[in-house]
Amino acid sequence: MTIDTAGFGTLYIILIMAVVTLFTRWGGIFLMSYIPINSRVQQFITAMSGSVLIAIIVPMFIRGDMGAKVALLVTLAGTLIIKKPLVAIAAGIFMAALIRNIQ
Amino acid sequence: MRVMVNKMQTKELKIEFHTVKAGFVSLVPISLFVLVFGAAFGLAASQEGLNQTSAVLMSTIVFAGAAQFGVLELWGTQVPVVPLVLTVFAINARHLLIGATLYPYIQHLKPASRYGVMLVASDANWAISMRAFTLNNSSKGVGLLLGGGIALWLFWVIGTWIGFYFGHTINNPSVYGVDMVMACFLLTMVLQGERENKTYLIWLGAAVSSILAYLYLPENTHIMVGALTGGVIGVLLGDKK
Repeated sequence: MTIDTAGFGTLYIILIMAVVTLFTRWGGIFLMSYIPINSRVQQFITAMSGSVLIAIIVPMFIRGDMGAKVALLVTLAGTLIIKKPLVAIAAGIFMAALIRNIQ
Repeated sequence: MRVMVNKMQTKELKIEFHTVKAGFVSLVPISLFVLVFGAAFGLAASQEGLNQTSAVLMSTIVFAGAAQFGVLELWGTQVPVVPLVLTVFAINARHLLIGATLYPYIQHLKPASRYGVMLVASDANWAISMRAFTLNNSSKGVGLLLGGGIALWLFWVIGTWIGFYFGHTINNPSVYGVDMVMACFLLTMVLQGERENKTYLIWLGAAVSSILAYLYLPENTHIMVGALTGGVIGVLLGDKK
């Protein structure tokens, strides 16, 4: 089944995207309202919240070019060592731009 | 005892204007980069043949950058429905997890407010609000989630609109490293969280499983796989520090 992008087709496609996205935004809190929050559930949620970010960032590092890799490493080092996250991000982005313009 | 019970029941969380405003302001810096990405999306959409109204409407009511770029990959004179739904669902499935992690902290909001703030939940405002929630600052957390979400949404929509006029001037934002801003921001968020020894094992599990999923499983499944693996390891390790 396909939708023509001419005429109202694009509108239907956008509405489908909006409904699916809304389902994901509401589904998590909807399901959780039926789950009693005991210590195990809390452990799962706490572990998962950091893991979401790790699972976004690490594959980006793996597939990224040298600029992307250095940007993340500089941000990592800057946040842990000088403990100034915004400075670390700025330094990371600067290094990525520098490397990409040299290559 | 009775007093305590009453106290629990009246513990209702409210959306306060000043915390929402503060949340909005906090997310403006990162939103400026979202604006650039919105413009890149607008340009890409125009190149795929979408008109400006459609692209701006999409950014307004879908508000999910990665999924919107993903759908452009499917764009043609016709768009297949099943791949469309699967692509959008797979890329946005992390919202299910975001909602689940937020639930314990926003369950005391009225249902309309609770579902309302989730309309603008995305990676950046979720990550920053979770930091406030875990430090027991619920009011600030709700402000960051809603106010910050409104900032991200607004700049994403404006960026998309701008992309149709000035898109060509930022044809390749990655030359300036702009594509790395969100990843670096999310990295600082995870690093600033509370860490125990078991946290490193959880992260290791999430990292390894997400890489394996990225290499060997269907596209766009790696975030779910990594996050759920990390969650399971967290339960298995229990209360070990």
